[in-house]
Amino acid sequence: MEPTPDLSHLTRRDYDRVYEPAEDTFLLLDALELDANALRAAKPQICLEIGSGSGCVSTFLAKILGPSVLYLCTDINFHACRCTFLTGVQNQVILDPINTSLDSAVRYRLVHGVDIILFNPPYVPTSSDEAEDAQEGRTIEGSWAGGFNGMELTNVFLERVEHLMSLQGKFYLVAVKQNDIEHIRRSMLHSYGLKSEIVLQRRAGREHLFVVRFTR
Amino acid sequence: MVRLITHNLLACHVKGCTSNNFPLEFKDAKLELREAEYNPEFIRGFLPKIEWKALVDTARQLGDTSLPLEQPEMLDDEFLKNLHHVLLEIHVEEGSMICPNCKHDYPISNGIPNMLLAEHEIG
Repeated sequence: MEPTPDLSHLTRRDYDRVYEPAEDTFLLLDALELDANALRAAKPQICLEIGSGSGCVSTFLAKILGPSVLYLCTDINFHACRCTFLTGVQNQVILDPINTSLDSAVRYRLVHGVDIILFNPPYVPTSSDEAEDAQEGRTIEGSWAGGFNGMELTNVFLERVEHLMSLQGKFYLVAVKQNDIEHIRRSMLHSYGLKSEIVLQRRAGREHLFVVRFTR
Repeated sequence: MVRLITHNLLACHVKGCTSNNFPLEFKDAKLELREAEYNPEFIRGFLPKIEWKALVDTARQLGDTSLPLEQPEMLDDEFLKNLHHVLLEIHVEEGSMICPNCKHDYPISNGIPNMLLAEHEIG
């Protein structure tokens, strides 16, 4: 059992600006833990977390896989990039944060080059305006406001992710029931030939959370 | 921090800027050197993902001349150690990165590369 990363260096002030790990985060940690042996055995070189926030998930992955992997972490929110980096330091792992939207800035060089991709997106259904403003404002609302069906930003990334995945690439996506998991899975298979499996699901308060793993 | 391993994977993504948009050129780079655990297997495995000329040119620009212009066929320990140092131990903490094509300026502050674009620049 890998312990949950130490986040004691982050304060209320950080969590005013950056998403505080919650049930969705922990479900993703549990999914990675379940897959730990397979992930290690595949000897990944590059991991990419989209929207790394506090850095909790990439830190956990780095604890599983060790230092001989490059952990790229993007976030549109500068404060989140700082927290990501510091959470790595706090837990003796090196994370490389990049302040950018989704995979912009790395997708040109990482064509079929990423072995593990993690995305816990803003999945909460909201109005489109709310989701758009949140992304443009680069604020904490951008960590949860998902627009129509909670899928507006996720859909943008789903169109890009196959382009990034290496031959053995695995893509972990967090979603909620309202996102229509079966529709996502069918369309990823149909459009990009990506197979998928639900690794874990859990009810947490009002949310029914899923972690879906996509592979070639 | 921007390590050269990461820098070697960053390209300009301004709308329409699709050629000669890599590698970004450092300007006013403030460096820090931090020791990293040496793992020759990792370095060897990562080599195919590296754009060699971009890495060598960038390292030289930052004052490190330890890497040969041509990637050697024999990967001896001295070479791998130099490569390890260049990829993982040179950190750019402040400064900026300029696109060789469109001259877009991507600032680095507190070790974080700001690759965000304004609305009208997004493709």
